[in-house]
Amino acid sequence: MRIPLMPWVAVVLAGAPLPAQEIHVGPESHYRSIAAAVAAASPHDTIVVEAGRYLEGPIEIDRPLTLLGRPGAILDGEGQRELLVVGADSVTIEGMTLRNTGLSFTEDRAALRVEEARFCTIRSNRFEETFFGIYLANAGDCLVEDNVLEARAERETRAGNGIHLWYSTRITIEGNQVRGHRDGIYFEFVEDSLVRDNVSSHNLRYGLHFMFSDGCTYQSNAFVRNGAGVAVMYTSNVVMEENDFDENRGGAAFGLLLKEIRDSRIAFNRFRRNSVGVRMEGANRLVVEGNDFVANGWAVQVLANSDGSAFTANNFVGNSFDVSTNSRSTSSTFSGNYWDRYRGYDLNRDGVGDVPFRPVRLFSLVVEQNEPALVLQRSLLVQLLDLAEAVLPVLTPRGLADADPSLKPIDTPWRSL
Amino acid sequence: MNTWTKVLRYEMRNVLRARALLGYGLFFLAATTGLVRMGGGVERVLPSLSNLILLTVPLVSLVVTTVFLYEGRAFNELLLSQPVGRKELFRGLFMGLTLPLAGVFVVGTGLPLLASGGFSTAAGPVALTLGSGIALTAVFVALGFLVAFSVKEAARGLGVALLVWLGLTVVYDGVVLLASHNLSAYPLETPMLAAMILNPVDLARMVSLMAVDASVLMGYTGAVFQDFFGGWTGIVIATAALAGWVLLPYLGALRRFGRMDL
Repeated sequence: MRIPLMPWVAVVLAGAPLPAQEIHVGPESHYRSIAAAVAAASPHDTIVVEAGRYLEGPIEIDRPLTLLGRPGAILDGEGQRELLVVGADSVTIEGMTLRNTGLSFTEDRAALRVEEARFCTIRSNRFEETFFGIYLANAGDCLVEDNVLEARAERETRAGNGIHLWYSTRITIEGNQVRGHRDGIYFEFVEDSLVRDNVSSHNLRYGLHFMFSDGCTYQSNAFVRNGAGVAVMYTSNVVMEENDFDENRGGAAFGLLLKEIRDSRIAFNRFRRNSVGVRMEGANRLVVEGNDFVANGWAVQVLANSDGSAFTANNFVGNSFDVSTNSRSTSSTFSGNYWDRYRGYDLNRDGVGDVPFRPVRLFSLVVEQNEPALVLQRSLLVQLLDLAEAVLPVLTPRGLADADPSLKPIDTPWRSL
Repeated sequence: MNTWTKVLRYEMRNVLRARALLGYGLFFLAATTGLVRMGGGVERVLPSLSNLILLTVPLVSLVVTTVFLYEGRAFNELLLSQPVGRKELFRGLFMGLTLPLAGVFVVGTGLPLLASGGFSTAAGPVALTLGSGIALTAVFVALGFLVAFSVKEAARGLGVALLVWLGLTVVYDGVVLLASHNLSAYPLETPMLAAMILNPVDLARMVSLMAVDASVLMGYTGAVFQDFFGGWTGIVIATAALAGWVLLPYLGALRRFGRMDL
């Protein structure tokens, strides 16, 4: 049967959207304010914001739009208000500079807030002196990419978070740089999201802070010199790979603090020069493998309420304490790690030490109970005590030993650098 | 030329000829080369090196000093029958022992570090570690003088020297550890700090600890120490304490030497 052509063409043309328009906003354009352009735009139009300083906001974006900032397009809140509020799906914000929201004690004032929207893209924007930077609440399938967020927060109580996610799913956060906020990246009730290639540094509290966020992946990020490192809490099925935890130091600072974490994987990360590399409180059934622990105060602290984790093929080099614990027995296992303190031998030359290594030093138990004793670190007396305990373990947990320690450092992504 | 520099030159030549000193230098040369060769960068080399220094420098300085003083006693008495003052002789002997010991130590540890070249980035920690070794040398040479001029008999003197070493490196720390354990209900940061300053070995250890174990010391307790040793008052007090540890035994020994019935 022959189908006539004409009706089909008519159907296709009718279904096709109108070609998207470009609307320009600028000091010399028809539209002087972004809000007016948004009000005039049809869905899927592109609003091009020319260079200039725009003193407006909060601008509500209530239809799918692309907001494209030309270099020098600055949206300034004059320390008074929120700037952009996205309440529609498929919105793209790109190339804008958002500045100066001021701080608020009554609301989570954010430079860019996405509320109950999906498919948003936030790309290559700059955030300067904002309280909260990017704030996603009840959002889904969004991409937050290549943004720079810089604030100069001085006190935790007067600071907001850089990238803040609340009840969101399938968000990708990639290639952002966050510094000087309270928490660099904050997740609460977020699922199936990916955080990759971000740099979070010099934040007052945590570089990354997440809670109740199952099934998320953190990959190739750098968390440097944050007040208290990174905290992961009340979550299961987290993957953390190839991240760099560097120089998170202080009385309560941890490279990575794991609290009530289950069935997660921590692999190929580097923990360097942190007060505590990894601290595990109620962390169960974790796989910790191929990580580099270098020059930390404590490389790993496993508390008594942590159960059934496996530490395999990690490097422990130059840490003041390799492993410490507050219990006499542990169900975590250590095998095939490289310990620079290991003094055993290898008779059959298979690269695996023939005598087990006990990473918990007697002195770490002493310090656990009596912190000022820390000043005796590296004293001959302490070394003699450690030696005696290593030969004849009485006080340190008997089961906590690496039965087949590696004699050579293990190849990890960081060691070849 | 002064009399004391003459004594100094003679004593230095005498000490440098000794096999023990050559062995001391070679030991550090071999140990440091081994540490550098084994690799691992500054994180691994400096802690091990400072361990080695804290263990060997006091012991060797003390033993070498007492042995030389007991062995050279007859010759020193002969010198004193010449127009040589006791003070001058004492000063010459002291410098004549300290300089070669410190020099051999610096050459032995410094050469491999320099040759490896990778330590230019950690010049500060390296300098601190070597400096603490030099200070320890001076302190324990002075203590050796005090022992040698207080105890007449050579065998007993050597025994006393070993006891002094054991006391300062092990027993003292044991007492401190025990005391801190029994008093752990009290804020102990400041008393512990004082206890560390009152012992030259602990003081030298703290200085290198600041350089190599900075991470662990950034905890609460550590912050107290970091504040102290990081600031100028801390540096001044630490230096003064080390200087005191050289001066007090030095003056004590000088006093005894001056009044000794030869």
